[in-house]
Amino acid sequence: MSIFETIIQPDTFDVLIKIGIILLKIVIVVAAAMLHVMYATYFERKSIGHMQVRLGPMEVGPHGVLQPIADGVKLFFKEDIIPADADKPVFYIAPVISLVAALSSLSVIPFFKGFVIANINIGLLFILAMSSLGAYGIIISGWASNSKYSFLGGLRSSAQVISYEIAMGLSLVGVMMMAGSLNISDIVNAQAAYPLRVYAIPQMLGFFVFMVAGIAETNRAPFDLPEAESELVAGYFVEYSGIRFAMFYLSEYIGMIVISLIAVVCFLGGWSGPFDIPYVPFAWLLLKVYFFIFFYYWIRATLPRYRYDQLMSLGWKLLIPLALLNIVITGIAKLML
Amino acid sequence: MLAEIFFAYFAVVIVLTSILVIASRNPVHSVLWMLLLFFHIAGLYLMLDAEFLAAIQIIIYAGAILVLFLFVVLLLNLKEEIKGRPFSRIFVIALVLAIGMAVVISSTMKLLPPGPVGQYSMDMIRATKGGNSSIIGRVMYTEFLFPFEIASTILLVAIIGAIVLAKKRLRS
Repeated sequence: MSIFETIIQPDTFDVLIKIGIILLKIVIVVAAAMLHVMYATYFERKSIGHMQVRLGPMEVGPHGVLQPIADGVKLFFKEDIIPADADKPVFYIAPVISLVAALSSLSVIPFFKGFVIANINIGLLFILAMSSLGAYGIIISGWASNSKYSFLGGLRSSAQVISYEIAMGLSLVGVMMMAGSLNISDIVNAQAAYPLRVYAIPQMLGFFVFMVAGIAETNRAPFDLPEAESELVAGYFVEYSGIRFAMFYLSEYIGMIVISLIAVVCFLGGWSGPFDIPYVPFAWLLLKVYFFIFFYYWIRATLPRYRYDQLMSLGWKLLIPLALLNIVITGIAKLML
Repeated sequence: MLAEIFFAYFAVVIVLTSILVIASRNPVHSVLWMLLLFFHIAGLYLMLDAEFLAAIQIIIYAGAILVLFLFVVLLLNLKEEIKGRPFSRIFVIALVLAIGMAVVISSTMKLLPPGPVGQYSMDMIRATKGGNSSIIGRVMYTEFLFPFEIASTILLVAIIGAIVLAKKRLRS
């Protein structure tokens, strides 16, 4: 038997096609995510600009629509500066860890019926695991930069992410109990039996806790203490420039999109809506995600930053007890019905 | 064949990263090698179809415990730590003892009687809806309810103890 016959067996062709389809899905999802990040930055600057009675970007293209492309090109060609006495390998790898953690969370989220890169049984736990991996990128970038400001930003972030991860995990337990599954596609399908095809009404408490904890997990305003620009210049990524800075930027925005996606698939019925939109199966999912992204900007333009002790007491004394209460209520309701 | 290749990869990386954890002079690097180690252990669990354990391994060990390690290590004075001796004086004796122990254990391992084959085979887990996580939940809350409750009581005692130790004493 020649070596080709051992490698090429009857089912080899099927396996290759399967791998090809998975790769194609990955390319589509990553390309869509990148495009969304580009225009999320534009949308953020425009909407916050208008909320503060400014115009936002206006120069590049009509109403500044080409601004994200100009920003991207600029970031690509900037010099990649490494501070003296930085821990080089760790400094290099930190933004990569952040970006990988953010992007791999996208692989278990169903975008419409039957379209998910990896339909695994532990989808929700996988997302929690990846969000805890993302914290490493922030902590070690703060340490490896060898700078006071980034180090303080990294320390603040590690404490914040550990505290709010507990609340976020517990707030999703109610959803897991109602759906009886950790598979995200099953969770979306289980919501069809509830009013408006969403879990947000019976899981009001969980939804509230998840949204607050989600904003804290992504280090966005009003919980952006790790990068508080008025105290820490920019926090953990002060020393980064060029493409490595762009990686942190990307992972922050993809993180926002991922949290919005989880909120939509776990609490707002995913791709299902009040009526079906023909030919565009992901239309409802996108609309709901855009609403959450806008919600992030809305909060950023409205609320001032929390103080550190307020942040901790909110997480430990309000959100975690509320999430536990939600679990107890959901359990009792499930036993009674 | 594919399974063996993956097992060999995980096993080799687990051993290498474990050595790097104790051999790195910089404690922060040790913690990062340990992070890699935990991910490969999770990979081994995945090979056994224990996806729930794999996820818990990452969330609890990599996501919570190791971050706390990192938190403590970051506050050390690293310049002093790196100057010190990487290994203690009894390094050689310890190495000889460890290798001897490994030889004794691996040579006597075959003499142990194999455990009874339970009902939870890989095929049975694959056939169950919800897979590994639903079976673990069911077993934990039926067959092993009592040990499970004892473990949670012990953890509760530890939590309350930590709060008592950390809280400022109020003057009575």
